[in-house]
Amino acid sequence: MSSGASASPSSRSLTDKFQSWFRHHRGIARDSLSQLLEAWVTSLMTWLVIGIAMALPAILYLLLGNLNELGGDWDGQPRVSVYLTEQVSVSDGRALAVTLMDEREVLTTNYISAQQALDEFQAQSGLANVIASIGKNPLPAVIELAPATEHAAELNLLVARLEADNRIESVDSDLEWIERLQALVAFGERFAIALSVFLGLGVLLSIGNTIRLAIENRRAEIEVVKLVGGTDSFVRRPFLYLGFWYGAGGAVMAWLLIEVSFLFLAGPIERLMTSYGNAFGLTGPSIVDTFTLLLCGGLLGVVGARLAVSKHLHTAEAR
Amino acid sequence: MIRFDQVSKRYEGGKEALSRVNFEMPSGEMAFLTGHSGAGKSTLMKLIIVMERASQGQVIVNGTNLNRISAKQVPYIRRNVGVVFQNHQLLFDRTVFDNVALPLTIAGYQPREVGRRVRAALGKLGLSNKEKQYPVALSGGEQQRVGIARAVVNRPTILLADEPTGNLDPELSRETMNLFDQFNQVGVTILIATHDLDLVARMGKRELILRQGRLSEGES
Repeated sequence: MSSGASASPSSRSLTDKFQSWFRHHRGIARDSLSQLLEAWVTSLMTWLVIGIAMALPAILYLLLGNLNELGGDWDGQPRVSVYLTEQVSVSDGRALAVTLMDEREVLTTNYISAQQALDEFQAQSGLANVIASIGKNPLPAVIELAPATEHAAELNLLVARLEADNRIESVDSDLEWIERLQALVAFGERFAIALSVFLGLGVLLSIGNTIRLAIENRRAEIEVVKLVGGTDSFVRRPFLYLGFWYGAGGAVMAWLLIEVSFLFLAGPIERLMTSYGNAFGLTGPSIVDTFTLLLCGGLLGVVGARLAVSKHLHTAEAR
Repeated sequence: MIRFDQVSKRYEGGKEALSRVNFEMPSGEMAFLTGHSGAGKSTLMKLIIVMERASQGQVIVNGTNLNRISAKQVPYIRRNVGVVFQNHQLLFDRTVFDNVALPLTIAGYQPREVGRRVRAALGKLGLSNKEKQYPVALSGGEQQRVGIARAVVNRPTILLADEPTGNLDPELSRETMNLFDQFNQVGVTILIATHDLDLVARMGKRELILRQGRLSEGES
């Protein structure tokens, strides 16, 4: 043992302590990552497992987001078609259309007489002969409303009020299918949440198990570190970083899987939507989504590692 | 420096490893702890570094009553006690330098300071040219010295050695003992557990004898 004055760790300044803390963390982060990269085949397997488990609910979320947008942006706004009874004359119909403008929930109205409707139908459908053979115009006059509200409840009240009017045969609102879509999306979201919870648990367990093996492999080291005065957090730290890298690497894998799946799906979905006359592009994960994914991965990794470490570390202690 | 006051240790299952052990080692003393295997030597040492806790009585090390410290404080107690093991307890995936540096890294020393102290310790033990090697490339005696370097690098006030010469030939045993003697000269309190009675006789130090968990003093 050489003599000579040197500061003991306890008397060092705060800056020094922070620097050594930071250096220590950086060193461990680097070491644990290089450990994983050295055994890259095994690491890749673990990353893939975590990636798949994270990608599944993430893809579901993103698809639901797209579907939701589809409902929200449908032609700007929902439309309400008010079918008038045959007894209502053209001029009465026009007058009614004007009166309906006074309703709070109504933005604009457009009266289409039975004749106009027939003309349009014949022009569009090419079924002129069929219609002509009926001999009588089967189509009712209609007032098309653009509602001022998008709230389903308010719109339903309006529909109910209109249906009470005896000049009105029936009221049709395309809100219904949007509601259905939204209900479907809400169901899907619940499903995605349940799926995320299950698969998140799976990720947690698989990281936990991987860390458990790492602890087994380094039992000798843990023992020695504890014997020469390593604190629990010192012993834990490399495993937490290991967990972090497993989680974060898994998230990167998930991101790749998501991007590939969306590339794979984009073509067919766009063709499908175009066939409905809708210009629609599939939106992949945004920067925020990607960031969230990475954060979730890292967090799951650290939590999984923490669980494994607190469960298995005391059994690794020297006795 | 080390004081045992009516210390008993009973393991689960009823076996009493130590019964009412009393002794005191003043600061700077060097002593041997002898006895057959199973006599309680390891248990006594484990109590000093809080790998075990006394069932009864007080263990006081460096003025701290080890019965009263929490699990969180244990590492800080251990940093003040260097331990040399019979099986060396080296990490085979790290270089000699990194093995010796471990206690300093744990205590959060600056790399420059770590380097300085590790080289000083390795120099003292004649291992200066081995710092980049891995323990597996070293002889048993060299591994032992690496273990000693690690135990003293943090300049502990107490040094414990559990059968430090157990696997060494007489020549190396003598060298190792001389090393301990040198550390003792600079004021380190040293307790060495051994069953090598010739060695103990030769060194002419105080001898603590354990027989079935009971301690008596040898004449020397």
